[in-house]
Amino acid sequence: MATTEPMQDTSKISMRGLSFFYGSYQALKPLTMDIPDRKVTAFIGPSGCGKSTLLRTINRMYELYPGQKATGEIFLDGKNILDPRQDLNLLRAKVGMVFQKPTPFPMSIFDNIAFGVKLYERLPQGMLEERIEWALRKAALWDEVKGKLHQSGMGLSGGQQQRLCIARAIAVKPEVMLLDEPCSALDPISTARIEELISDLKQDYTIIIVTHNMQQAARVSDYTAYMYLGELIEFGITDNIFIKPRNKQTEDYITGRFG
Amino acid sequence: MTGLYRKRRIINAFNLAVSMLAVLFGLFWLAWILWTLVYAGIGAIDITLFTKMTPPPGSDGGLLNAISGSLIMSALATLIGTPIGVLAGTYLAEFGQRGWLGAATRFINDILLSAPSIVIGLFIYAVYVVQLKHFSGWAGTFALSLLVIPVVLKTTENMLRLVPNTLREAAAALGAPQWRMVTMITWRAARAGIITGILLAVARISGETAPLLFTALNNQFWSANMNAPMANLPVVIFQFAMSPYADWQQLAWGGALLITFAVLGLNILARVVFREKNPLK
Repeated sequence: MATTEPMQDTSKISMRGLSFFYGSYQALKPLTMDIPDRKVTAFIGPSGCGKSTLLRTINRMYELYPGQKATGEIFLDGKNILDPRQDLNLLRAKVGMVFQKPTPFPMSIFDNIAFGVKLYERLPQGMLEERIEWALRKAALWDEVKGKLHQSGMGLSGGQQQRLCIARAIAVKPEVMLLDEPCSALDPISTARIEELISDLKQDYTIIIVTHNMQQAARVSDYTAYMYLGELIEFGITDNIFIKPRNKQTEDYITGRFG
Repeated sequence: MTGLYRKRRIINAFNLAVSMLAVLFGLFWLAWILWTLVYAGIGAIDITLFTKMTPPPGSDGGLLNAISGSLIMSALATLIGTPIGVLAGTYLAEFGQRGWLGAATRFINDILLSAPSIVIGLFIYAVYVVQLKHFSGWAGTFALSLLVIPVVLKTTENMLRLVPNTLREAAAALGAPQWRMVTMITWRAARAGIITGILLAVARISGETAPLLFTALNNQFWSANMNAPMANLPVVIFQFAMSPYADWQQLAWGGALLITFAVLGLNILARVVFREKNPLK
């Protein structure tokens, strides 16, 4: 059973007995965890521990692939999103995601962001432009691209592409943002910008970040979950996890004796 | 230099030499074919080739009716076959991964792709020409469109499969329904490849003779009537080349040269236009 300290913040997402299967292989052992509202929660652990798998249950991204399934319950604002009656597209409009590798669409910077906005809102052109500027400013990309909004998003650098993807996710005004190792393909300067951005964004969004980089988890997150072999080992306030972990396994991983 | 390393270098040089010989062997025949075509056909290329109808033996003429017939039927066949091929290929790549229908469609399409084109011609002859009791431009068009579908279907499916799943996930993560994801994202990402497939299909049908022999047949005169027999380059070349008349043979060479360079030009165009614009690069 995981070592979990009681949480002071209100929870946005509550997982109850959540398991995950790739075909018959069980990748996540039944897991219970509360993710606090408008905080940054980091999932850490060695490769293959199930942290990305866990992240992908929250917007049910796994449904794109046959043979993958989650059991148990995930409550988002008290509503079980694993319920088969849950509309997937509406869920994903509410739970945004940014991936490990930048994934700009093959269209202009403007259209990259407008694509998501137009799915759920009918905005007049002026308001659409405002929304796009707002999202690009939030993602700290506006100054670099304001003169070339109608050029292809594929022509940006890796770090800019990733910020474009973040802007695209923000523009649809989700409530939760899932970040799957968003900096692993980026240089230190781009990484620093994105980490700053994460700190800014948590005023409005519940953010969950999967990362291999423990310094990053320590820098950006309020809460940390340590996972190993498909199990949640320890979950608590980041400072406590990093300074005085209660679990021996967590301590070994964080201090680099294992992992 | 160790013995093992020296041996590896010798094997490398040998393999390289053999590969280059194979390339030269292939290019040699291609060059010879093109040279023969140009040598024998260039004499027929003049303005009358494009302005006059196919002549009776011994009189002056050109290939205008055959050229226009080929253009009309190829264009219509492409217009009919392309949407079907693109939509079916999209189904296979984006929707039909799980069930039996996808696997069955893919298998049948592979058969259609490799079916001899004369079989397609006979099929249209049996189900269409025999019923209407006359050859027609439409029959030729239908036969050609049956050749377009499998080529376009196959390339569309293959090109869509090259689109990384991360792009699909990114669209889904924004709450995009699947049809929006396909029409706005994956088609766009695969556009260059899909268009290349369509051009390949056009190149393929523009030289097909067998499916037209039993369907459009031929027409000595100018005709834009799709319900009447229609002249076309491949059948005219076939007929004229087999004839004992020197002027007909000369026109046949001219027509062959025309088709070959049209197809060559189309392929070069496809490569040049879409080389730099691959959106995934």
